[in-house]
Amino acid sequence: MSDSQIASPLRVRDLRKAYKDVVAVAGIDFEVRPGECFGLLGPNGAGKTTTIEICEGLTPADSGDVEVLGLRWATDAAELRQRLGIQLQETQLAEKLTTLETLTLFRSFFRQGPSPAEALALVQLEEKRDARVGALSGGQKQRLALACALVGDPALLFLDEPTTGLDPQARRQLWDLIEQFKRDGRTILLTTHYMDEAQQLCERVAIMDHGRIIAHGTPRDLIASLGVEHVVAFSTEGHADLQVFETMTGVRSVRGSGDGRAELQVSELHTCVPALLAELGRQGRPLTSLTTHSATLEDVFVSLTGRHLRDE
Amino acid sequence: MNRSIELHPFVQLTLMRVREFIREPEAVFWALIFPILLAGGLGVAFRSDSPAPVPVVVTSPELASTLVGDPALDVQLADEARAVEALRGGRALLVIEQAADGTAVFRYDESNPEARAARLTANQALQVAAGRIDPVAVQDDLWTETGSRYIDFLIPGLVGMGIMGNAIWGLGFSIVDSRRRKLMKRIVATPMPKHLYLGSFLAWRLMLLPVEVGVPVIFGAIAFGVPVRGGVIDLAMISIVGAFAFAAIGLLIASRARTIEAVSGLMNFVMLPMWILSGVFFSADRFPDAMQPLIRALPLSALIDALRASMLQGTGLVQLWPQLAVLGAWMLVAFAVALRIFRWR
Repeated sequence: MSDSQIASPLRVRDLRKAYKDVVAVAGIDFEVRPGECFGLLGPNGAGKTTTIEICEGLTPADSGDVEVLGLRWATDAAELRQRLGIQLQETQLAEKLTTLETLTLFRSFFRQGPSPAEALALVQLEEKRDARVGALSGGQKQRLALACALVGDPALLFLDEPTTGLDPQARRQLWDLIEQFKRDGRTILLTTHYMDEAQQLCERVAIMDHGRIIAHGTPRDLIASLGVEHVVAFSTEGHADLQVFETMTGVRSVRGSGDGRAELQVSELHTCVPALLAELGRQGRPLTSLTTHSATLEDVFVSLTGRHLRDE
Repeated sequence: MNRSIELHPFVQLTLMRVREFIREPEAVFWALIFPILLAGGLGVAFRSDSPAPVPVVVTSPELASTLVGDPALDVQLADEARAVEALRGGRALLVIEQAADGTAVFRYDESNPEARAARLTANQALQVAAGRIDPVAVQDDLWTETGSRYIDFLIPGLVGMGIMGNAIWGLGFSIVDSRRRKLMKRIVATPMPKHLYLGSFLAWRLMLLPVEVGVPVIFGAIAFGVPVRGGVIDLAMISIVGAFAFAAIGLLIASRARTIEAVSGLMNFVMLPMWILSGVFFSADRFPDAMQPLIRALPLSALIDALRASMLQGTGLVQLWPQLAVLGAWMLVAFAVALRIFRWR
């Protein structure tokens, strides 16, 4: 990429934005490094879309500084528009146009970039070139939206919740494409409320909640900061006494949800699970379910906020 | 990459308008076929070759036998209840009863000119049959020249109404739809110059105009011999000015609305008064004098007046300057305001 010499493709300092009575972004700082995929991870309403739209020059900030490719929206908007690739949340492209016509339209706005047919190939939609947009599946529409973001050969790509609402197979296909863009050396800012997506795609993530960044780093470091390897989730008939688990060896934290379900964050499965079973047996509370998984970014979010990412 | 003319953003944006329109069969129907059906239907209903006899219901056989020979009246005999029913249902415009003393009683709606005419005709027939001799001799010289019939009046009205409706509906729905779908926001996030986006709507209107105006005018000329006395160039110029004025008004209507419901309401709010006041189906001169300045200032009145004067009387563009000035003023003001308040997302 011609812009790889820029120290930081995107630098955000003390960014703030409030709508009427809601503070959407309450002072955040972050920096995206060349060639990386940086993720803004957080639940709906955390301020991710407001943040990315300010960076895209679509929403004015109340205060703070946003530097994109070394330029600023106030003075260099025309130049920035040429060099950014943008995929918005929930854009519905014109249904009556074919995919190739849509890309030809978008390509006509940019001074340079791949041809419409090449852009179609980048998202593996060649066989749909003459299909109307209205006849595409959700995943195909989303891939076309990605292609529209690529027709200007952007130095920086903004992807706002690119897989929201897609089925697992379509999500995986989109992830493969984004992995390919990363291999091509593109810098990406991505928002998502799927922790597995952030974990899979992003070199670094910033976890947002209520307009603030509550943690940031590589997914590996963030998970390691929990000091736990695994999460044990279980439920019982009636209410088990959870107090005793807090002092059990290897257990870092205990969360009960009041309806018989509980989660333990543990460092060692092989000692904690037998101990858990023995304790429940002693209390006379039969298990109705038991699952374990390796700690994820979701667990980081839970330990920081006490809520799940997709709690309403 | 070689930038051919076909890849110019203005060409691509205009192509998008055209494709969205022609790939929507309903839109084509309402814009192009509907005016023909309307003109055809009204032309048949109001054909002027021989006026249809006025339906009259008579309750006494004596009166009926007196009136039955009159070609202007379609006389039926019925009892009073059925006669009143026919009057109410619009199947008869006049009911004639005979009172006990022989007086003929006319029952009709005074505000209906046809009913008034039927009353005069029936009265005349009754008086003559009873022995009245008219002191003044009269003779009818019937006037059927093209340009003075109802269909001649109607075609320019429909052309004007079509220009208004297509411009306002076309712009209103496409702009609000692309705003609602966030397609507008997505396009604004590219380097596209915004004036090309708005300009593409004007280009699209201009491309459709020959069809929109040509279809009803050619139909009128072939089916009813409606004249285009001012010539095709003048007709085109007036239509273009009108189309731009209404495109600007459509842009203004659509400048902030976020939902189709909201913009539909606004469009009807703007168009309904003009459908009624601007003389599409009947002369605007029927409204009180006090309202005339207001009516003349409406863009549709100006457009239809100009179209009628040009098509039917052959009035030149220079003499039509007041109408063209009204349209120009609407275009400039609406466009200026729309650009100031336009919501791009």
